[in-house]
Amino acid sequence: MADGARKTSLSARVIDGEPQAIARLLTRVENDDDIGREALENLLPHSGRAHLIGVTGPPGGGKSTLVNELIRSYRTRGNRVAVIAIDPSSPITGGATLGDRIRMLEWHADPNVFVRSMASRRFGGGLAQNTLAAATVLDAAGFDPVIIETVGTGQDEVSIAELALTTLLVQAPGMGDSVQTLKAGAVEIGDVMVVTKADRPEANELARDLRRLQTLTFSGEAPAGWQAPVVKTSAIAAAGVDDLVTEIERHKAWLGESGEREVRLRRIAATQLAARVRQDLMKRMSDPSGTGLFTMMVDEIMARAITPQRGSQLLLALLEHERGRG
Amino acid sequence: MQGTEQGEGRSIRVLVAKPGLDGHDRGAKVLARAFRDAGFEVIYTGLFQTPEMIANAALQEDVDVVGLSILSGAHMSLFPAIMDELRAVGRDDALVVAGGTIPDDDVPQVLEMGIAAVFGPGTPLHTAIDFIRDNAPVREDTA
Repeated sequence: MADGARKTSLSARVIDGEPQAIARLLTRVENDDDIGREALENLLPHSGRAHLIGVTGPPGGGKSTLVNELIRSYRTRGNRVAVIAIDPSSPITGGATLGDRIRMLEWHADPNVFVRSMASRRFGGGLAQNTLAAATVLDAAGFDPVIIETVGTGQDEVSIAELALTTLLVQAPGMGDSVQTLKAGAVEIGDVMVVTKADRPEANELARDLRRLQTLTFSGEAPAGWQAPVVKTSAIAAAGVDDLVTEIERHKAWLGESGEREVRLRRIAATQLAARVRQDLMKRMSDPSGTGLFTMMVDEIMARAITPQRGSQLLLALLEHERGRG
Repeated sequence: MQGTEQGEGRSIRVLVAKPGLDGHDRGAKVLARAFRDAGFEVIYTGLFQTPEMIANAALQEDVDVVGLSILSGAHMSLFPAIMDELRAVGRDDALVVAGGTIPDDDVPQVLEMGIAAVFGPGTPLHTAIDFIRDNAPVREDTA
């Protein structure tokens, strides 16, 4: 019972907006422990309001600086802003340098800004596994928007689009020839294209290339009616960010009016569920009963007796059988 | 599963900050990198950190460890202020360690402030790393 009271208290304190509770619960959902899971369930009715904005793009593109300017702009509008900044974990050591916060330090005395750094912990797509759970915590605590800044890993920008409602694709000029902008998939997921460091001469060329791309790109998936605008920003010149916020808000309104918001939320829910199913299934494989089966299958593959595809089918059948017996 | 936090596999989050007007960050960067290579998650906030900024970062990032790097000699005034601010945000449960040019004579007083260890120049990196691994707090949540 004491445990139950404690869990409820953590989520109650989060709803109250208490930063200590928010920070602790973020850690627990990041570690995916029992208290975190239960608190998240408690927070569900209190979330779903925040607009999730994804910020992605290649390294060195000025994402963190841009996010800092977005904080400024949204604060001026009276919003409470949260940022989740994700950096990659080393696949070898498991450690990470979380170096995005360093660009957002000026808000330390403002209780209406919450910045949290997360390591990817070897999850894919530039995200951390529990990114959406963390966003839900901040949502329930009353922050809106929740900005998610992700590692720009090249082709993997696609993943943030499976999480955020409005995705900004951020690039800086002079970082390679404009052929880079033609990378399939990456460009298509940007709801708003941002060219940072617009004070540089090559910025206009990049913006132009990106605009041209809008007319070239077409896919069955692209929702009718939304042409991703290209916005130039310059932190040095303090220019363009208000325009950017206008475009983000315009996209947000369009999502609601067109019904696309429901489509995306449904896609996000399905993606999250699929990821959890995969995770839980693999966890079953590392249970004592499962490990033996998994290892046996690997042995069979090594002996070239079966293909991995066949191995997977056999494993699932065997797991069903185990469950039936238990 | 409390074990996910307390067990071997948990990730240790470390704040590496340079308080005050000290403009030399190479040592702190070397430390940050070494910590990352040791498997820690390092929030590096860089130069010119005020006690309030350090406390705010420790709070929001829910770090296990606060690493203060200081070469300016201002540790006797800055460290108490930092500890006060950490206390004010409820993060005096963090493991606070300090490195840089802190004279041996000052070390006892620094330890009395609640700083767990002082790593002077020439301290092998693995000493600091091992200390952190062995002493990073296991934290419970109170109602």
